[in-house]
Amino acid sequence: MNPTNIVIVGATSAIARAIAERYLTGSSFVLVARDADRASAIADDLTIRGAAIVSIVAADLADLADHARVVHETCAAMPSIDLVVIAHGVLPEQDRCDVDPDYAIATFSLNADSMISIMHRFVNQLIDQRQGTAVVISSVAGERGRASNYTYGAAKAAVTAYASGLRARAAAYGVRVITVKPGFVDTPMTSHLPKNPLFASADTVAANVAAAVRRGTASIYAPWFWRPVMALIRILPEKIFMKLKA
Amino acid sequence: MTKRRDDLASWGRMPQATPKRVLAMPWSGQAPMWDNDDAPMLAYGCGRSYGDVCLNNGGTIVRTSAMSLVQAFDAEYGVIRAEAGITLEQLLRLTIPRGWFLPVVPGTRYVTIGGAVANDIHGKNHHRRGTFGCHVLRFELLRSDGTRYVCSPTEHADLFRATIGGLGLTGIITWVEVQLMPIASTSINVDRVKVRSLDEAMDVLEESDEAFEYTVTWIDTTASERLAGRGHVIRGNHAHDGECSTASLSRPPRITIPVEAPEWLLHRSTVGLFNTLYHHRQQARHSRFVSDIVPFFWPLDAIGSWNRLYGARGMLQYQFVVPLSERHAVRTILIELRRAGIASFLGVLKTFGTIASPGMMSFPRPGITLSLDLANQGAAMQRLFDRLDGLVIDAGGALYPAKDSRMSAATFRASFPGLTKFRHYLDPAFSSTFWRRVTQEPL
Repeated sequence: MNPTNIVIVGATSAIARAIAERYLTGSSFVLVARDADRASAIADDLTIRGAAIVSIVAADLADLADHARVVHETCAAMPSIDLVVIAHGVLPEQDRCDVDPDYAIATFSLNADSMISIMHRFVNQLIDQRQGTAVVISSVAGERGRASNYTYGAAKAAVTAYASGLRARAAAYGVRVITVKPGFVDTPMTSHLPKNPLFASADTVAANVAAAVRRGTASIYAPWFWRPVMALIRILPEKIFMKLKA
Repeated sequence: MTKRRDDLASWGRMPQATPKRVLAMPWSGQAPMWDNDDAPMLAYGCGRSYGDVCLNNGGTIVRTSAMSLVQAFDAEYGVIRAEAGITLEQLLRLTIPRGWFLPVVPGTRYVTIGGAVANDIHGKNHHRRGTFGCHVLRFELLRSDGTRYVCSPTEHADLFRATIGGLGLTGIITWVEVQLMPIASTSINVDRVKVRSLDEAMDVLEESDEAFEYTVTWIDTTASERLAGRGHVIRGNHAHDGECSTASLSRPPRITIPVEAPEWLLHRSTVGLFNTLYHHRQQARHSRFVSDIVPFFWPLDAIGSWNRLYGARGMLQYQFVVPLSERHAVRTILIELRRAGIASFLGVLKTFGTIASPGMMSFPRPGITLSLDLANQGAAMQRLFDRLDGLVIDAGGALYPAKDSRMSAATFRASFPGLTKFRHYLDPAFSSTFWRRVTQEPL
């Protein structure tokens, strides 16, 4: 069944927007985002493209104490949730993390604590409903701590492990949790990085996500080629991996 | 930290440029993300201009392709307002099912509407509809100091006129509102006429303008002097009935060129052979058929990264316009190219009509325009083109910045009489590799 009541947490993210575009016609959306003006511009776009109703819940997701309200207001805006996409986060500057632990921990909290808190609450809600799918945007960076982005990677490792546990728990109630591990994606978040053939578009990642939702896959790499690449990277001995300084 | 950004090249893949910083506008309401150190800046969309108008070597590039939300669509009157980074394809996917088409489309659908305004692009129906800028109702311009201007023919009219065809030098276009054109069908009724000379091509083109929305001529640039200008006049109209379908739009390229081709691939002998075969493929004088919009307007979009066919040295485009009375200048240029042994894979001839663009730096003007694409062959070729520039300017013509990577400052000045006025509206923190080259200003 195609999801028709959809929640997008971190709705201004390029990947989130591309996923929303996969479910336009006749769907209702709740967009959770910090910037209400920008969320409203996205809501207009989705409506013009065919969405039925688009509501906005404005929230700074760094404030964990506000998460209960976010879930509550979201549930008030739609009869039940078919699909919740959790996509908020930041790509910290690792150079700055290296010398500024306060900054490092602040970004870690947003990428790990905040994501885990909101996904935990939404999955509990789906369990109460006894149906629904949660899509959690993690990253291939969570598979191993690289010198070039270990602060981001460690947070994503926490998200991946947490989602895996939630998935096992939720399955008994007919609720699915899908972990998505994109590789490099060409979005404003990565505009400063020179592009190479490993970069995928947000649209490609969204197509992979839609296929996973349709098939009920537990965990995907997006695009698929990251699965063998990461399998190889995971088994590299630490001594060799360290020398790669990738 | 500066790294070469091959992903931020122009379509001709030359010259190369290394920006000092790359930013991305995530949406049109974004507050300026730059500071004084980031000057000179330049917006970059799809990188489909051929030369260096989209490059900013040593400066800051502000990517706009993520800024692609549709803000409003009035399907009754055919008015759409969207963020400037949206591509023509994304826009058409939305408007075609409601019976609306862009009144001006270029040879590729993978350009942004911001770029369409900044280069004031033209299409096969210039004689009927003028340039893209003629259909722009309003846009918003974000200046480097953070000021926003909504520009239209009646509000900030001078900035409106400077920004249309202004090559991105007046600031960042954040959104554009366009008047669309109603269509009954996405099928085009095509009549392709085989012509044996430039004079015949011109006569058929002129006679076609009356009855056809779209007219263009493919010419065989490798033909002998006697046959110079032979080719096919391709003319068409939207069918009056049928359906408005986007099925073909969404199809990805059939093949993608994965790597740079070797230089012999587009050698003059292979190009000559292709042109001769293509010319004689059609035996009869007329060939009438129905075409879908995709192969009619954007045949090259079917080949992903076709620019790589031109090899490691890149591709050079040469497009000029001369007044209708200067037909002989076109002929002289075709003959000069042939004598120099330079073969263009694709030569396209078209007449521009009399509809004036609001843009003060707009390229199209009444006359004949010829567009050639050529493999870059270095210094000897540059000298030949400098001589051809002289012929164009002497004939009262102009060169097209969106396709240029080599014209001199003098040629640029002679091509654009509106230049002196245009300078008043430049954003002081904006510049491009092109601008520095044609004004001889250092970084």
